Amino acid sequence: MSTALQDPQTIETPNYLNAEYGWKSWLFTTDHKRIAVLYLISISVMFALGGVFAMLIRLELLTPPGDLFTSDTYNKIFTMHGIVMIFFFLIPSIPATFGNFLVPMMIGAKDLAFPRINLLSWYIYIAGALFALAAIVMGGVDTGWTFYTPFSTTYSNTFVITAAVGVFVAGFSSILTGLNFIVTIHKMRAPGMTWGRLPLFVWANYATALIQVLGTPVVAITLALVGLERAFHIGIFDPAIGGDPILFQHMFWFYSHPAVYIMILPGMGVISELVTCFSRKGIFGYSFIAGSSLGIAIIGFLVWGHHMFVTGMSMYAGLYFSLLTMFVAVPSAIKVFNWTATMFRGSISYDTPMLYAFGFIGLFTIGGLTGLFLGTLGMDVHLTDTYFVVAHFHYVMVGGMVVAYLGAMHFWWPKITGRMYPEGWGKFSALLVFVGFNLTFFPQFILGYLGQPRRYHAYAPEFQVLNVMSSAGASVLGLGFLIPLIYFLWSLKYGKKAGNNPWGAKGLEWTTQSPPTTFNFDETPIVTEEAYAYAKHEETHVG
Amino acid sequence: MGQQFDSATFGMWVFLLTEIMFFGGMFGAYTVYRSMYPEAFAATSNFMNPAFGAANTAVLIVSSLTMALAVRAAHLGHQKVLQMMLVFTMIFGAAFLVIKGFEYHEHWEQLKVPLFASHWAWDGPLAPPQYAHQAQILFIFYFFMTGFHALHMVVGLGIMTTIFVMARRGKFGPSYYTPVEVSGLYWHFVDIVWIFLFPLLYLIGHTKQLF
Amino acid sequence: MQLPLWPEAASAVATDVDHLYIYLSVVSIVMSVLIFGTIFVFAIKYRRRSPDEIPQPIHGSLRLEITWSVIPFLIMLTFFWWGAKIYFLNAVPPPNAMDVYVVAKQWMWKLQYPGGQREINELHVPVGQPVRLTLASEDVIHSFFIPALRIKHDVVPGHYDTMWFTANKPGHYHLFCAEYCGTEHSGMIGWVDIMTPADYANWLAGGASGGTMSQQGERVFEQLGCATCHLLDRQGTSPSLRGLYGSRVQLTGGQTVLADDAYIRESILNPNAKIVAGYRANSMPSYQGQISEEGILQLIVYIKSLATPNAPGAPTAALTPGAALIPGVALHPAVAQTVSALRRVNQRDGGTQ
Repeated sequence: MSTALQDPQTIETPNYLNAEYGWKSWLFTTDHKRIAVLYLISISVMFALGGVFAMLIRLELLTPPGDLFTSDTYNKIFTMHGIVMIFFFLIPSIPATFGNFLVPMMIGAKDLAFPRINLLSWYIYIAGALFALAAIVMGGVDTGWTFYTPFSTTYSNTFVITAAVGVFVAGFSSILTGLNFIVTIHKMRAPGMTWGRLPLFVWANYATALIQVLGTPVVAITLALVGLERAFHIGIFDPAIGGDPILFQHMFWFYSHPAVYIMILPGMGVISELVTCFSRKGIFGYSFIAGSSLGIAIIGFLVWGHHMFVTGMSMYAGLYFSLLTMFVAVPSAIKVFNWTATMFRGSISYDTPMLYAFGFIGLFTIGGLTGLFLGTLGMDVHLTDTYFVVAHFHYVMVGGMVVAYLGAMHFWWPKITGRMYPEGWGKFSALLVFVGFNLTFFPQFILGYLGQPRRYHAYAPEFQVLNVMSSAGASVLGLGFLIPLIYFLWSLKYGKKAGNNPWGAKGLEWTTQSPPTTFNFDETPIVTEEAYAYAKHEETHVG
Repeated sequence: MGQQFDSATFGMWVFLLTEIMFFGGMFGAYTVYRSMYPEAFAATSNFMNPAFGAANTAVLIVSSLTMALAVRAAHLGHQKVLQMMLVFTMIFGAAFLVIKGFEYHEHWEQLKVPLFASHWAWDGPLAPPQYAHQAQILFIFYFFMTGFHALHMVVGLGIMTTIFVMARRGKFGPSYYTPVEVSGLYWHFVDIVWIFLFPLLYLIGHTKQLF
Repeated sequence: MQLPLWPEAASAVATDVDHLYIYLSVVSIVMSVLIFGTIFVFAIKYRRRSPDEIPQPIHGSLRLEITWSVIPFLIMLTFFWWGAKIYFLNAVPPPNAMDVYVVAKQWMWKLQYPGGQREINELHVPVGQPVRLTLASEDVIHSFFIPALRIKHDVVPGHYDTMWFTANKPGHYHLFCAEYCGTEHSGMIGWVDIMTPADYANWLAGGASGGTMSQQGERVFEQLGCATCHLLDRQGTSPSLRGLYGSRVQLTGGQTVLADDAYIRESILNPNAKIVAGYRANSMPSYQGQISEEGILQLIVYIKSLATPNAPGAPTAALTPGAALIPGVALHPAVAQTVSALRRVNQRDGGTQ
């Protein structure tokens, strides 16, 4: 608690936040920590915007007829919810905030390999966001975040090109972040920080960076072709003159499936950090978790066709994509089992970050299992394009990634700001998020099997009760997101000051002060121990 | 310095990897359409003028040679040679764009390529009318692929200008030549993309006399 | 207050899909309970009891890793196998399937039956009869979704898509468009009426003004001038269409193609794409823009009816007298009447019977 007396703690030690003041020192910074904070603010704004769209969707879906908005408006709302949340929140989220802040520190470096490119990537993100906001403000886009042709190229009367440019530009931000991480992790590890000693959060961001670098250019060229087709009225994807709308889908999903792994791998990296710290125990199966991140990245490029089972592709292509989808599920399962095994004979505390880790494991497991339903051919024929899919991806993206993001926020907030958040409120909000989330999205599995299609403005009356449940849950979930916003901001001024290592965690970032100085370490650390070396005793090997 | 050199070149290689995926998307889509419409493809290929293409290929290969020589000059600290080679590289790069410009002009006239928001009412003088629509698609790919390539060339010229100015100011020598090396990588990559474009768009399936 | 939790199942395939869903759900619940239960137990049993306790690390276990990778993977293979089985079953309609033609456009479903009936947003079919839907789109991608049958298929403009089913439970079921297609996507809905044979016969007897699809196709054939070149009683400047449907056609350049619905559609819209051996290019004009998707489907049904039973290799569309549509099941008299009507059309056009 702040007191009226001057006590030594209120005299600010120099750190990256107070090293320089003024807007120029922020907008022209090359300090990876400041850039991370810039990203944190920007993506929080975009998350709030996407959340407003979500609220409008759930309000409309309280009643079967489309009575709150016109059809066109509703179509724009769900499209913009998807575009904003996926491209402007989820894809950058953990890598651009916690990745930027922590990866250099975790490997013992002063900064990323290319600090100015890091700043450039933030500016590019802002430029992309401005295009997206322009599309929204000028009247919106209504193609769905998937931009399927020929609707997006020929039939839609909305600001498709503006939105596509926004996504295109934001893609370059993603590519540059990935490039920076790859080079940094390869070239800038401190002495003794071998690949086998890297924190798993670093491995996760590395695998994510590989996907960003390889996949994003393909969606860039795909959207560029859509924009050019729309501008010049030439039919690359227009069947009327021999174009193939399914080619668009192949090109689009070639990126967008690996993109979902961009959206989950960093979250899994966070969970590895949380589970080890709050079990106070080294990770079980380090090489399997590291390897599974790479495995997901690689196999994730081979399964895109499972979004297209009912488009008329050949049966043999269907077989291939379904089988590979089963393969890609295995590494994720390995992680869940390894995290559980880490807790075995651990020393488990229930701080808020750990509650989010528990929530992640539960919700991601359900999300991942329902993904298998969708990867199963005969089953997918019924379930695709229904609310079952909507439920599945919200379980993994919100129940997984956003929950991991909140866990990361609570875990590293003391390091980033030097302040603690109020723990009681932290636990309360975690509970609200968990309950609200399940109430919102579990009924949607049932709705999907019943046959309610997605992207429906009005629905059959017998689906109403489940929709009302879902909307009720959404208000609880929204509250669960709002409360942390308030107490995090509150903590900046009134939160208890955090020491270097309030959690007693292992990891180089916890050896620095909170908040860290601009160059992180006074001297380059020399690493002599494995990751998560909580005990210095003999390790036991089992089997 | 060594670590920075390593990082910078590694970073450029990773960036080139993203460029491979970018162009690769277009190559992939082109390949799909080519296999769907082989006759239309043959028609478009016949329309290309391989003389222009060959000239451009020669120009680019020579420019890559001068670029490599420039990098070597930087390694060795031969400032005059470095500057001269950079200038030659830029001249050849500009020559490439000029030749491309003539070529595009010819296409513009003959194919009546429209500007924004008007329909392409091409009545294909050199392709059978039943392939008109598919040929249009393939021409679009030709324009996009060579167009994005030309855009990369323009960016390359900008980079070379910057490097030249830095060289004039004596920034490079045996202990520091990272920007030259990294720009060299970029330039060679743009060259290699053309090496793939030329046979794909101009040569394969071309049945007319070459010259 | 309606709270349905499970959709009705109106076909054997639907029931099979339901069983698969239950299997997937049970396995998922068991896995989840195992994992959540274990975590719950660990979280309590190994909770931190003193602030400085430090547990022993356990590095890992190759045996465990292999076990919990291989066993789940094998389970997933069962999912894959069962799903693939259903998918393959759904892919190829049986030869005795009855055709219904569906044209999707923003934002309605237009259905045509061989008997000439036309409907908007409603599909009438009898139980026990395999139905093959040929799907075409006039504009953007749509998707024809019948939850009660657990099937859907995207309707992609530029080509035909097909799907089939055999319903086994009469009722009134939802039809939804399941691929976002613009403003009134959620209004592009309707009903599937699965009827007992008697009810179906009554419905058929309601008849159609305008004649059967084949008759309508014949009119289109004359209106668009097809008859001028494609003479039916002798070889002319253009290939004969008698016996064409279902046969293999030799093209200039040597390859052969099957003359199916897609071939006929392409020949009408882009005639120079495939030239029959012995004929010149550029002789048939394209009808792109002059004929609707429904018109093309009517023409196809008409051309199908021109099959000659003796054409080598042609699967006959003609029906032999008294043939049961479903082996072993006697035709309901009303359905047999329809069949006879179709045969009569066939005979009138010169097919021998």
